[in-house]
Amino acid sequence: MTKRLPLLGGLCLIVLLLGGLSLMAGRVWAPWSAWTDQTDPRWAIIFELRLPRTVLAIAVGAALGLSGAVMQGYTRNPLADPGVMGVSSMAALGAVMTMYLSLSLATPWLLFVAAMIGACLGVAVMLVLASGTSGTITFILAGVILNTVASAGVALALSLAPSPWAAQEIINWLLGSLADRSADDVWRALPFILVGSGLMLMLGRSLNALTLGETGAKALGIDLNVTRVLLAVGVGLASGASVAVTGMIGFVGLIVPHLMRPLVGHQPGALLAPSALAGAVVVLAADILVRLTPSAAEVRLGVAMAAVGGPSFLAMLISMRRKLA
Amino acid sequence: MNDLVAENLTVALGGQTVLAGVGARFRPGEVTAIVGPNGAGKSTLLACLAGLRRPDTGRVALGIEPILTLAHRERARRIGFLPQTPEVAWAVDVETLVGLGRTPHSGARGLSDADHAAVQAALVRTGMTGLAHRDVTTLSGGERARALLARVLAGEPSWLLADEPLAGLDPGHQLDTVDLMRAFAIEQGQGVVMTLHDLGVALRLADRVLVLKNGALIADAAPLQALTPAVLERAYGVKAVIVSGAWGPLIELIGRTTDG
Repeated sequence: MTKRLPLLGGLCLIVLLLGGLSLMAGRVWAPWSAWTDQTDPRWAIIFELRLPRTVLAIAVGAALGLSGAVMQGYTRNPLADPGVMGVSSMAALGAVMTMYLSLSLATPWLLFVAAMIGACLGVAVMLVLASGTSGTITFILAGVILNTVASAGVALALSLAPSPWAAQEIINWLLGSLADRSADDVWRALPFILVGSGLMLMLGRSLNALTLGETGAKALGIDLNVTRVLLAVGVGLASGASVAVTGMIGFVGLIVPHLMRPLVGHQPGALLAPSALAGAVVVLAADILVRLTPSAAEVRLGVAMAAVGGPSFLAMLISMRRKLA
Repeated sequence: MNDLVAENLTVALGGQTVLAGVGARFRPGEVTAIVGPNGAGKSTLLACLAGLRRPDTGRVALGIEPILTLAHRERARRIGFLPQTPEVAWAVDVETLVGLGRTPHSGARGLSDADHAAVQAALVRTGMTGLAHRDVTTLSGGERARALLARVLAGEPSWLLADEPLAGLDPGHQLDTVDLMRAFAIEQGQGVVMTLHDLGVALRLADRVLVLKNGALIADAAPLQALTPAVLERAYGVKAVIVSGAWGPLIELIGRTTDG
């Protein structure tokens, strides 16, 4: 307990510093002087373009990091996260459906609702497929099935897209980015991310008890049905809303809990808050780097995360295999 | 403290009868061993007694309170359950693992001073104080079993239900575990119920033995009255005699009977 406060405090500080940097950095450098002068054109850049982007980076990062920590705790599998388990793909399928039907432009909130329904369904299907068994193989297979079905659905929507513009919109969105997000996007995503994260933060005790397996947790008086409902709704809302606003950003939920785990004595419950903060740090930092990369068009955040995350995932697998061997 | 009472428990799994009308009364301060051949329903009976499985018919009660009507947390405070081959999913240290035993007592804010005191007492009782900060995944089988037993003791339950607590332990660690459980029953007046494979241990160290066969109780008595040659033949299909050794009665296996 005593070690947690410096960790959380340190992470908060990094989030604040990176948040400030995120408001200043980009194609146009906006120093402190531009922050107070409303007539300065850079004022609009800071508060109308970069502020929503920064808030979303923090919220989405926290949601993904927390979702990863919760799913790893529940499945007792360090390789679980919304991406691997197919929850993000299901959210994307929901969102793509609304784009395919061209509903997303007229009623943008529909895309959010569809993405969150998709994500909740994804978690629910995962829980049902893996119910009764606590084998990690079952969870991974459930993830493979969900990912396959959802990707097939997205591919179908793309191939049957009513117009090239609809297809283009879907592809652009799928690549995952925080560029050009407005305050409206913040107001659509933030409430759901906050509620979902709040629900997930309530799971600490249950996840700790699940260290002893499902029977062990039940014997310790944990009502696993309550745990499952909180998990499905919490992960569904938070990661669904995140996917809806940024598209697919993978690996955050996978790597962040992995990095935090040794710092909290491997306790799955103590891992939650640090994973949320560290997720915010990772996405914020990645988004700043993406903006500063000198290229004609901005590198997509989702693509950049995959480029960094893929090798990290591989390194994790190799080190785990070495430990098992 | 109240008796733990099972009345007419039946459980069927996939059309197969696992328990066929089992009734028994367990008393505080007593160590009861449940024995029987593989698949006799020992673990299922124990899970029903612990309130972790709902029997198809019949009921389990603590005194007059049906166990399934107790709040989950209240039930967990009264009944400590040690699963067979318990898993420990993460590389937590021993103290943290033992602290999990306080889950039914602690709130969302973590462990209180009283919780920490109970954890320390359980570590002392099991002789694990020196290993309190060791990573559980690096412990030997015997140390791990003691840590998991400390986890149950830390919850200060009135009843300790253990599913095959001696499986996979060498004779020395088997004796340690049984001694700890006996001390728990004798000194603190708690009830202990465990499933066992080792008939010798059941004969020597239990106050009472229940013998299950195909989901039915075929004996429920003091060890020497329960583990008779006739019961052993019926339960396991083996021919055995009870001989008196220098230190007490022993079971000597002679061989398989034809219909076993």
